[in-house]
Amino acid sequence: MKLAGIPGRSSLGSLILIAAVIGCSAAAFAYTAGWLSPSRLTPDLMIAALTPPSGPPLGHRRNHAKGICFTGTFEANGNGVELSRAQMFVQGRYPVLGRFNLGTADPNAVDATVRVRGVGLQISAADGEEWRMAMINPPFFAVSTPEAFHDLLVAAGKKDPEAMTAFTRANPEFAAFAAWANAAPWTGSYAEEPYNSLNSFVFTNARGDEHAVRWSLLPTAEPTPIAQAELKKRGPDFLEQEITDRVQSAPQRWTMVTTVADPGDPTADPSRAWPENRRKVQVGTLVVQRIEAERDGPCRDINFDPTVLPRGIRISDDPFPAARSSVYRKSYDLRAAEAGDYPRSGVAKP
Amino acid sequence: MTRPPHRFAPTQRLLHWLMAFCIIAMLFIGVGMVSTVAPKYLPLILIHKTLGVVLLILVLVRLALRLRLGAPPLPADLPPAIKLGARLSHLLLYGFMILMPLLGLGMLWAAAYPVVLFGGIEIPEFLPQSDRAHTLLWNAHVYLGLAFFALVLLHLAAALFHALIRRDGVFATISPLPQRERMKPAE
Repeated sequence: MKLAGIPGRSSLGSLILIAAVIGCSAAAFAYTAGWLSPSRLTPDLMIAALTPPSGPPLGHRRNHAKGICFTGTFEANGNGVELSRAQMFVQGRYPVLGRFNLGTADPNAVDATVRVRGVGLQISAADGEEWRMAMINPPFFAVSTPEAFHDLLVAAGKKDPEAMTAFTRANPEFAAFAAWANAAPWTGSYAEEPYNSLNSFVFTNARGDEHAVRWSLLPTAEPTPIAQAELKKRGPDFLEQEITDRVQSAPQRWTMVTTVADPGDPTADPSRAWPENRRKVQVGTLVVQRIEAERDGPCRDINFDPTVLPRGIRISDDPFPAARSSVYRKSYDLRAAEAGDYPRSGVAKP
Repeated sequence: MTRPPHRFAPTQRLLHWLMAFCIIAMLFIGVGMVSTVAPKYLPLILIHKTLGVVLLILVLVRLALRLRLGAPPLPADLPPAIKLGARLSHLLLYGFMILMPLLGLGMLWAAAYPVVLFGGIEIPEFLPQSDRAHTLLWNAHVYLGLAFFALVLLHLAAALFHALIRRDGVFATISPLPQRERMKPAE
């Protein structure tokens, strides 16, 4: 057969060349998309590892799936200006949207069974700049890298106890976290917990000076240790009820403390705490004024992506914020598509 | 009557090749960034968003040039079916070039993400958060993006077909290389 009236002989080579160019382009595209390398750690693989055996929490976040919304203010005392030119550090009050949550992929988990508690926050400046963050109560993270976190999820999900032993051998930093999980006191309230950024970020001030920092929210409520067994008696959702009642009677406060790294402190590894004597700057107070059920609450549709940062704050060499951003985005895409499985109460009425 | 041009104007050729490079980069960055949790995810997404907005501006300039300066005619001996295919595929290419950045921006707005480009340039929000709108726009952005890549490959194959097999001067109309005049006086 001749193509478009041009004799075939010499065009055979050209046809092969064209096929090769198109084929190689398509293959390069498939490789870039990860379709040819099933072992690459993708957000999909991370989410698969987070998914409990009972199935994905449809309509919910893929981790920290159980939570409750709040609104309030961040009262900056002005001290942060020395470290960062972020507008939220200029003395004043900034609106806050947030969410208390549990480190579990099960939105129906029993509160007393979940070791890690967290908070998602969004602080807004007048011109629309936003600072989003998601923090948890342990003083350091369980592992050093996103890959190790994936391995931890996979090992923890296996019935074989040898899986966790092998994981701990390969990731010795996990021992410190396990020790914290065993020994740290439990409390009966979200209001009695400290929350830590764990990841390091870089603050830039108006002069252009840069500092690697981590930050924490320290509760002003006095923590009262309670045995886990005791908490189990309080019902599956006692934390939500408790924080609702507590905030109804009075706004709850946390002091935000920024810890400044010394040169040489590990900024890329959130499993390694910095020495206690590092410089600390109190930059303001989080005031939680109103609790709202998540189902219809204002935090529901916010992705507390820790890389949504105002000018004056940027990510450091810590690999976690990028990984979290990537996985949170996927989690958001999924739950937005599944909104029908977790309908707002207004929509839910038949 | 003015004779139709037998090549695209130099600005049109420049825009074609500049945008071709950027669009191919965008498609690769797009599928690459959503399949990684590595630190490069953040710079990739920043480039993707910034380049997307730049391409949206460029395609509008290009469309204006196309409407003003026109295009060289296709060879008279090209079969009508191929001519129709060429017209349709070019319409589709322009459609994708305009639609893709708008879908991308829309899905970010519908997810309540602040849209911040390279250099801290912030694009104001034009849509409220909406699960339904986000899902629709996100799916459209993904699947049309894949279709866009397929169309780019088809376009590339057609260009090579004209350049290597038909040798009918169609490729020369857009070729980035300087061309000798068709009818040159004998040397």
